Amino acid sequence: MSGRPAASERAAPTGVRRWWRRPGPLCAFPVSLFLLAGFAGPLVIVLAYSFMPPRTFSLRQAPTLENFASVISDSYYLSFFWSLFLATTAVLILFLVCYPIAYGMAKLFGRWANLVTALVALPLLISENIRLFGWVLVLLKNGILDGTLQQLFGVSVSGLLYTVPAIVLGLVYVYLPFMLFPLVIGISMVPESLKEAAADLGASRFEIFREVELPLSMPGIMIGGILSFILALGSLAESKILGGQTVIMIADDIESAFTFAQNWPKGSVLSVLLIALSGLIVVMLFRNIDLDRIIGRR
Amino acid sequence: MRSEPKGRGARTLIALWTVCVVAFLYVPLLAVVLASFSRQRYFQFPIAAWSTRWYEKAAHSLSVRDLVWTSLSVALLVTLFSVLLAFFGALAFARYDWRGRKLYQRLVLLPLFFPQAVLGLALLLWFSVLGVQTSWHTAVFAHMIWIVPIVILIMSIQVYSFDPTLEEAAYDLGASRWQVLREVTLPILSPGLVSGAIFAFLLSWGNFPLSLFSTGADQTVPEWLYAKMVSGYTPMVPTLGALTMASAALLLLLVWLVWQTVGRGRRRLARR
Repeated sequence: MSGRPAASERAAPTGVRRWWRRPGPLCAFPVSLFLLAGFAGPLVIVLAYSFMPPRTFSLRQAPTLENFASVISDSYYLSFFWSLFLATTAVLILFLVCYPIAYGMAKLFGRWANLVTALVALPLLISENIRLFGWVLVLLKNGILDGTLQQLFGVSVSGLLYTVPAIVLGLVYVYLPFMLFPLVIGISMVPESLKEAAADLGASRFEIFREVELPLSMPGIMIGGILSFILALGSLAESKILGGQTVIMIADDIESAFTFAQNWPKGSVLSVLLIALSGLIVVMLFRNIDLDRIIGRR
Repeated sequence: MRSEPKGRGARTLIALWTVCVVAFLYVPLLAVVLASFSRQRYFQFPIAAWSTRWYEKAAHSLSVRDLVWTSLSVALLVTLFSVLLAFFGALAFARYDWRGRKLYQRLVLLPLFFPQAVLGLALLLWFSVLGVQTSWHTAVFAHMIWIVPIVILIMSIQVYSFDPTLEEAAYDLGASRWQVLREVTLPILSPGLVSGAIFAFLLSWGNFPLSLFSTGADQTVPEWLYAKMVSGYTPMVPTLGALTMASAALLLLLVWLVWQTVGRGRRRLARR
């Protein structure tokens, strides 16, 4: 929101003034102000804290790079590695799981696609905690899966909970809609006529997929992949509820730095690194994508 | 399965796969409901004895009443403010063409691409720097950072299909700005407003990562559930979990019924 024109310019409305009076900027103003106060502000503060000496709670001190050095010396890169690894695994599985469904919803199911959309979206309205807790009940020793297998076949699978695959399951489960819905939009943007043309020219099924469908649905694939990747990267509940203490993910480290350790600058540094990593990916994505076309289907 | 499925076989396979995955989404929900009716203190399957005693306990517990009241207050205020902000936000997002819109669209969506736990912590620092005491009031603010963009997105879908010539026609017939808003824009966009409001309410009602750091001494239902899951398990966890699910389902059903009735009424009016 650029400021008002100076008094001397008031006689003839300038470009800025006319711009400001149009309904678009006027409607955008409250939201922009709100996000400035609630989103941009906090980020600046986190950045500022990351340069403060460790274990301090005030911003009026000489800036230092000590915290950044301690990230390397205290082997925090390990939790970064785990987060990156788990998020990548989850996104790859999600893509394989969701692509056929998205294809069906975009091209095959017709009216049933609305039902699938509703059924996939509904669990989103229930707290992530409760849903993950449901998986605890399923995977628990003497839980639903273990108990059923014992009853039916006499086999016991008791060591499923608090493992790395359990965390991946949780990530795949929670972030499935965030992969699926962008994929559906992406795939429905591929015109049938192009695929028919490719087929007429003698392309095989796989060639059509690789040369026509995949590139043309790329915006949807990118949004879905990056959205679920970033959310998984910063996830907290999955590793805590389903992983126990097997693996510490980065959001876990950030949380304990702020709470148990009472070391705000350390937590801030880790947050800044996580934000920088996700931010970089998002900026790269947004540069190549036209939102009007994807959301409004213009 | 990945290439173009022409045949029936591929079609059936995809449909079957979809059914399986959708069923997978409901497995944990079912598990929670099952566990809430178990009599035992620690969950075991198959369930030996069924009972509703944990529901009776929940209904009479004062702390449960407090939790529900806090969650409800937060969710209602979030809904009210989010819908107000997002209505204009969505008009700027999708209705008007203005310089800076592309930038605005990206900025609005940015909070969605952000880990909520980190956002919650950043807000905690922000409140402390501003000298604001955290309580459920600050949680309303925190939830909105994440929910307003989602509501804008939902409403924008409706706004994109909005025909601006209807507004222009009203202006030509001598309507004022306020009249156009009240008589033309709002009624046409009302489906988007309603679905935005439902999403705002339920997403706030179920939110955990933002609440965790922004509620201070107050506690919402998801926070309490998390605390009990991580340490100090009680059978009230599945019970309260099942109750929140039931209330969400009930709300959706209610809205759907009202919507159906209103729709029928309108169609009847149109036929006259």
